[in-house]
Amino acid sequence: MDFIVAGIAKAFQLLFQGDRETYSAVLATVQISSLSMTVSLLIGIPLGYCLGYFDFPGKKGVRTVVDTMLALPTVFIGLLVYAFISSRGPLGELGLLFTLSGIAIGQTILALPVVISLTATAVESLDRSLRLTLLSLGASGRQIFLTGIWEARLGILVAAVTATGRVLTEVGISMMVGGNIKWHTRTITTAIALETNKGQFATGIALGLVLLAMAFAVNLSLSFLRRRA
Amino acid sequence: MLHLFRKRLGWIAGVLLLGGVISQPVHAGEEPLLLATTTSTDDTGLLDYLIPQFTEAIGITVKWVATGTGKALKLGENCDADVLMVHAPAAEKDYVGAGFGVNRRQLMYNDFVFIGAESDPAGVKGQGACASLKRIMEKKAVFASRGDNSGTHKMEISLWKTCTGGIPEKQPWYLEVGQGMLATINMAAERSGYTLTDRGTFIKYEANYDGNPPLRIVIEGDANLINQYSVIEVNPARCPQAKNERARKFGDWLVSKEGQDAIGNFRLLDKQLFTPNAGE
Repeated sequence: MDFIVAGIAKAFQLLFQGDRETYSAVLATVQISSLSMTVSLLIGIPLGYCLGYFDFPGKKGVRTVVDTMLALPTVFIGLLVYAFISSRGPLGELGLLFTLSGIAIGQTILALPVVISLTATAVESLDRSLRLTLLSLGASGRQIFLTGIWEARLGILVAAVTATGRVLTEVGISMMVGGNIKWHTRTITTAIALETNKGQFATGIALGLVLLAMAFAVNLSLSFLRRRA
Repeated sequence: MLHLFRKRLGWIAGVLLLGGVISQPVHAGEEPLLLATTTSTDDTGLLDYLIPQFTEAIGITVKWVATGTGKALKLGENCDADVLMVHAPAAEKDYVGAGFGVNRRQLMYNDFVFIGAESDPAGVKGQGACASLKRIMEKKAVFASRGDNSGTHKMEISLWKTCTGGIPEKQPWYLEVGQGMLATINMAAERSGYTLTDRGTFIKYEANYDGNPPLRIVIEGDANLINQYSVIEVNPARCPQAKNERARKFGDWLVSKEGQDAIGNFRLLDKQLFTPNAGE
């Protein structure tokens, strides 16, 4: 139990004494999650909109597949990505293994189903008469799309927050694809895994609290968007 | 309201994109040499101590991935690493024989030791490796195994086979942990059981507890327990992308007087963890 208390004290120490290894891990985590979230939102929101808005044959099947992908274990995704970007794999030439970009690719795969599924739900719960109203006002397809996104913004915000949470906390992909290389691909989560494996529980707790602080900062900034907009 | 929302959204999008852009690799020089190695060389702090000396002397930067020996060998096979530092001589010889690695050179050794709780539930203290394993099996004392194809795991398996005819698989007292050495030691400590570890990691474990750890050495010095480390270059004929010239320089430095002295001078709690033995 005392390692939890020791961990809280250590968290402050690591953050405010500017521990280089900790800040290196924080920077790595920020870089990969920014990249993976940007890409998954850019691709996922339009796809989720289409899934929620349009009716097409096999819609239920597609939705079920996307929802199933919400259950992809991170180690599994890590293994798949490794198979592709390993030197012997089809994308080996790109030199993505053991790099931050490689991890970001895996995390994008992790986040996409979350964004698509939750956006689709948000769009589906829009008022049915919205479309007719917009059409009667002379809106183009693009305008209907943008207005729909605007109307569903709170649900889409939930999608973004959930996906960010998933991406910030995963270990399997970072470990497998990144290799946990100190100063290069060691993220907060892989650092926690390493320290706890070494029995340094207080450091593990400390790093966990640092991660929570980061997540809090992210959600605080997102909460400004939620305010009576 | 929409205007304000758009402004805030714009800020967030900007920050996201900036974050994404910063993460693009900046090639301020050549790619570092990639070393695949075991958890014992990393956890003990040997690499943190040794590699900066190598970089200072020869000017080559090194990144290393520390996993079990099994995975390190696999990374070399898949051409995902340039050079390996592992400790499983039988597997290494097969590896070189199969053409996955070249220029295997002995580097350093320490020994394996059995550790267990002070209370010594199976009463193995002071006996040889084989006698002890038999007693552990008889008394069904908890034994934590690496279970991960690492060098230590392979040594442990060979001991079970030699001494008792086979691995006590699926026995409730035999815990196949599947993780690194320190994690396995911690599991043994939790259950007041035994485990096999390399002396280097044990000294690190001791240091973590300021010299007073829950598990102590119960058996050491058995002739079977030598732990030999070697450096192997990934075969450039199979892996044209492997940075073989630099891998060779890495190995050359490690077996040179400078490298061997550095290895011999590495201390924790005033104890030497690895004994250099290149060229012997």
